[in-house]
Amino acid sequence: MMYPKEFRYAKTHEWAKVEGDLARVGITNYAQEHLGDIVFVELPEVGRQVKQGEAFGVVESVKAVSDCYAPVSGEVVEINDTLADKPETLNQDPHGEGWMVVIRMSDPAELNNLMDVAAYEKHCEEEAH
Amino acid sequence: MGTEELKKTPLYGNHLKYGGRIIDFAGWALPVQFRSIIEEHHQVRRAAGLFDVSDMGELDIRGPQALELLQYALTNDMSTMAVNQVRYSPMCDQRGGVVDDLLVYRLGENRYFVVINAGNIEKDYSWVKELAGRFPGANVDNVSAQVAELALQGPNSEAILGRLTRTDLSAIRYYWCLQDVDVAGVKCMVSRTGYTGEDGFEIFCSPEEAPGLWDTLLEEGDEQGLWPCGLGCRDTLRFEATMPLYGQEMDDDTTPLEAGLGKYVKFDKGDFVGREPLLEEKRTGLRKKLAGLEMVGRGIARTGYPVLKDGGKVGYVTTGSYSPTLDRNLALAFVPPGLAEVGTEVQVEIRGRGVDARVVRTPFYRRREK
Repeated sequence: MMYPKEFRYAKTHEWAKVEGDLARVGITNYAQEHLGDIVFVELPEVGRQVKQGEAFGVVESVKAVSDCYAPVSGEVVEINDTLADKPETLNQDPHGEGWMVVIRMSDPAELNNLMDVAAYEKHCEEEAH
Repeated sequence: MGTEELKKTPLYGNHLKYGGRIIDFAGWALPVQFRSIIEEHHQVRRAAGLFDVSDMGELDIRGPQALELLQYALTNDMSTMAVNQVRYSPMCDQRGGVVDDLLVYRLGENRYFVVINAGNIEKDYSWVKELAGRFPGANVDNVSAQVAELALQGPNSEAILGRLTRTDLSAIRYYWCLQDVDVAGVKCMVSRTGYTGEDGFEIFCSPEEAPGLWDTLLEEGDEQGLWPCGLGCRDTLRFEATMPLYGQEMDDDTTPLEAGLGKYVKFDKGDFVGREPLLEEKRTGLRKKLAGLEMVGRGIARTGYPVLKDGGKVGYVTTGSYSPTLDRNLALAFVPPGLAEVGTEVQVEIRGRGVDARVVRTPFYRRREK
């Protein structure tokens, strides 16, 4: 699977897609592959304030429980309700239909702390070894 | 992931070849999955799966006092076994805690083969050796390194294995075995046993022959849907079938009675290690009881999560998982006996919140008999 060029990536394997002052957020293909079959997703309530690097949700595979960390700070303005009944969407389409939350960024400059696609792909290669 | 320092089964090379995802499994490098845990799980229920369980340990116990030793060491009654019969038993310590749970194969008049859990090999061997001090006519050997074990599980198992042997497999009934079975030119011991809740066989052979046998089975079984399967789905399959796992549903601090294994404790067979404390517990009542839970609220119970009643902790989860076959979130948990009745409402604490759960009947899953 190709990593979208327009996304920014966190070391903890979340992606952020900037849409104006909003950031759509999910976990990367590397993360879903690493987790295996995802069977449960726990998302925050709309309105919650999150800080960059803070856990905003939980993804559970058959064998593992994994926190997801906010790539940017701000307010959660939308959550992907379909993941409650279809957690496997995260495996099937992690960069698209499997988005998790939309955050209204409080400090867009934080995006500079994230990796571009080339840096992220290198990061995954290093982690795999 | 560094697998250099891990122990490897004779099939390690096969796992790499078939694309297994290798993890540290109690010190062994073994595949957790090949494709996906859930897909493999369904494949075993629907067709067949092949597992490497060569990490399991094996003890060879023989001599004129072999049976006496087993009768003393184990809670189940081994005196009524015929040659080629297989029997499950807990093995307890002096306090009635479970040292291990195991399978005993009677291979001859005075010869037994005991299959033990991988993580307990050294502990079991020294324990049984210690007990054998009282039985000079019993000889105990740890033959774990000389035996490979493959598990062929699922409804198509007999048809698949039948293509590779002239032996009439239908003659091997559940919990019986046959020795010296020629499977694709390899001398094996084959038993109709398993840890998935499906029909199937466990196949024992020499470590040298195992890699070739693995490949042959997968080639021959391909048409009937045989897949290589990892230990991930082995755990979800055994969990649905409510087969206990040592270290989770039982351990040194749990008695077989508490773990729901009372039918494998035979008080009337004579003395055995742990008999007195177990009898006492039977008389005075269980401290805790294993119950099946279905999550009513959203969440997956996991090993070690607290079980709550009216806000207070009353027990703990031993195994919890999403159940692929039943498409529900289920758990096994130790609770006070008064809360083990089907229908009892409890909660499981998940990340600081009490999530509703209900005691349900076990086993969670039972296959339809042919």
